[in-house]
Amino acid sequence: MSSVAREWREIPGRYNLKGTKCENCGSIFFPARDFCPKCRRAGIGKVVPYNVCRTGKVYSFSVIHEAPDCNNAMKPYAVAMVQTDDGVLVSAQLVDVDLDKIEIGMPVRAVLRKLDADGASGVIHYGYKFVPNL
Amino acid sequence: MMDVGIVSYGAYVPRYRIKPEEIGKIWGVDGKGMGKGLMIYQKSVPSPDEDVVTIATEAARYMMARVPEVNPQDIGAIYVGSESHPYAVKPTSTIVAEAIEATPAMTAADMEFACKAGTAGIQACMGLVGSGMVKYGVAIGADTSQGAPGDALEYSASAGGAAYLIGTEKVIAKINKTLSFTTDTPDFWRREGQPYPLHGGRFTGEPAYFRHITSAAKMMFEAMGTTAQDYKYAVFHQPNGKFPTRVAGQLGFAPEQIEYGLLTPNIGNTYSGAVPLGLANVLDHAEPGDRIFVTSYGSGAGSDAFDITVTDEILNYKRDNAPVLEKVMADPVYIDYGMYAKFKGKIIMSE
Amino acid sequence: MRDVAIIGVGCTKFGELWNKSFRALGIEAGMKAMEDANLSGSEVDGIFIGNMSAGRFINQQHIDALIADYSGMATHHIPATRVEAGGASGGVAFRQAVMAVASGMNDVVLVGGAEKMTDLDDASINSVMDATADADWEAGMGVTFASLHAMIAQRMIHDGIATREEIASFAVNSHFHGALNPNAQFRKAVPIETVLKSGPVATPLGMFDCAPISDGAASLVLCPLEDAKKYTDSYVKVSAVTQASDTLALAQRPDITSYGATVAAAERAYKQVGITAADISVAEVHDVYTVAGIMALQDLGFYKRGEAGKAVLEGQCQLGGSGVTINTSGGLKARGHPIGATGVAQVAEIVEQLRGSADKRQVENAKYGLAQSSGGMGSAVTVSIMEAI
Repeated sequence: MSSVAREWREIPGRYNLKGTKCENCGSIFFPARDFCPKCRRAGIGKVVPYNVCRTGKVYSFSVIHEAPDCNNAMKPYAVAMVQTDDGVLVSAQLVDVDLDKIEIGMPVRAVLRKLDADGASGVIHYGYKFVPNL
Repeated sequence: MMDVGIVSYGAYVPRYRIKPEEIGKIWGVDGKGMGKGLMIYQKSVPSPDEDVVTIATEAARYMMARVPEVNPQDIGAIYVGSESHPYAVKPTSTIVAEAIEATPAMTAADMEFACKAGTAGIQACMGLVGSGMVKYGVAIGADTSQGAPGDALEYSASAGGAAYLIGTEKVIAKINKTLSFTTDTPDFWRREGQPYPLHGGRFTGEPAYFRHITSAAKMMFEAMGTTAQDYKYAVFHQPNGKFPTRVAGQLGFAPEQIEYGLLTPNIGNTYSGAVPLGLANVLDHAEPGDRIFVTSYGSGAGSDAFDITVTDEILNYKRDNAPVLEKVMADPVYIDYGMYAKFKGKIIMSE
Repeated sequence: MRDVAIIGVGCTKFGELWNKSFRALGIEAGMKAMEDANLSGSEVDGIFIGNMSAGRFINQQHIDALIADYSGMATHHIPATRVEAGGASGGVAFRQAVMAVASGMNDVVLVGGAEKMTDLDDASINSVMDATADADWEAGMGVTFASLHAMIAQRMIHDGIATREEIASFAVNSHFHGALNPNAQFRKAVPIETVLKSGPVATPLGMFDCAPISDGAASLVLCPLEDAKKYTDSYVKVSAVTQASDTLALAQRPDITSYGATVAAAERAYKQVGITAADISVAEVHDVYTVAGIMALQDLGFYKRGEAGKAVLEGQCQLGGSGVTINTSGGLKARGHPIGATGVAQVAEIVEQLRGSADKRQVENAKYGLAQSSGGMGSAVTVSIMEAI
């Protein structure tokens, strides 16, 4: 069983793509970072919360045939690196999609889906996946 | 009480479908004939990564997308009605609340009243909003209902949900009145820890569905001094296509009045999502001045009736900020029973 | 700083070694290297072990103590250090050992690399591999290690950097050499059709694009170059061993079709030795997936972007080919990939090549050989250049 707290503390990022932005250099970070690796000391105290765009385009993708146990019911399933409309690359699953019609450049949007669960009696983990943008 | 109504709404149905003939094939039943009798020609199936939390969240996000001027922090209450909450203990509503960024200064609870938990949530929100206790309330009806393999319910139990933002400002549909008719009638139930519900067979008809809906509807007609002819649209609970069609006729409604509000023939019985989804599809088509008659039904048993008038505000409403139901339901993917069994977790997997 | 020599190498067979335990493998490789270096054992004054995940594979932490103990070094109380850097654990352990000898802190150092993977079930093994990428934001989102490489491949194909066939040809190259290596897990050459038609793992990559699950260990003995002759006439010089880092998650990079850490480590290494990529005759690169091998050839400067795939498909990188000979050991794909052992085994192969003991896979007249070890998605990379004496 994975740690309940570990998943819980990531809820803002997992549910709502909450990242951060360095007001010193303008860089957007997802997942959120409190320390700007570009500005380092100059960015201390200037990294603020930032909501990453929930729409974007497929930058690259793959259809997974050998899946982790938690995703057995989903396989084969697609994953994508999505470039959000504000330029952030996010790796996630791409669901509700015709696997043979995925293309680089395809518009997608983030939805909330089940990622996995700690067995039949443990906590269910929810997080973002992408779907084709209707 | 202030005037209270619907400020926004959002509706979502999973993409997958199965047809009754495919189910019947497995159980040696004339599924097509059964579907025809029930007036259910296909039903929605949730993806393995969908449940009431994700369906309710998607509907709620559509709802919020259409009112970008509403600050989610002004939502004071969220109620999610369902009979298939993913947790027996641990609310669905808190997850949805987090996902639309309405937390933490708010109240939340999960509701259960068989197929009418969604409309019960609307009533609860009306009370809170109308009394001034909260600025906005969110009521969601959503289900990923289970029918036991081979049982009649397997041909109908489906998945979907709709969310309603209840408030007093910029109301697109004013709720003129709501009332309920409630008795202790055990026509359908699921005991704690049991995976599938049981039902009273034909007992679910006359003493249950029909008695409660017609009683609530007649109480509404009487209270409002109206008849079926005063409404442009009507939405009834729809465990199948047959019951609402018959009850509409009994109450004097013409088939075209229930057309938009009757989705079960195409998506199956979405339980707590059924009336909220039917109403959403009506609102997708509604114009100012349209009057809508709504009566839900929940086994156990009770009916909530609503008398609603669409306002001029719907002309300013940003409905296109999220997909309308026809768009959500377009492009379905049909699956066979094997895939259905896998999606619904009916196959015993190794640990 | 002192120049450093490699005076002994030893490798176990790589593969599914059901009857061999982690400790047995580690000791076997170590003893072979000691024997190769003509040491009795008492000369050794330090141990560095590359091991990625004994904690998860065999539920054993504290690998440094285990190896020191079973190699008989614990009784001398010499320092033993375990190094972890994902798939680059072996490469980084080697670098730590070189630094220890170069600095004068140690005189004779044993470098080991070992992994026992097959005691765990396949799904759990894959989850350990996935954890070398970003556990929270890649693996945790259902994005597997294989799929990250697949997305690099997809993007390379899309951008015209390599075709699917060119990427697949890397496995043909590795298998061709693996057939010649008695210690390799797969000793069979395969045609490109086999690679292209292998079952899908993460499209466009199939089973034959992926390094296997392996058990195995490798070992090296280092000493100051000036002392090498005291022990053996058969040694090579370590000319450079550099290391570079990159972001943990692939999505954090502006370009996913090149590993910046490989580029940086290679540039530093060439500069240190005063050579260019063109001076390298033989190289071992980290082809955990075929696409990683193609990328390495470009990032190491052997080929320009867009030309590595063509070269491999044409056979330029095979023994007797016109280019730098790549992965004569069989690479990760055919020799096998017991993770912590891999980076050490790569260096061992280059040593064999440079001292002329590589038998059927011997590259003629090689002066400089290079080994590239990579962890995660190129998040830690070492580049080592060895020179024939």
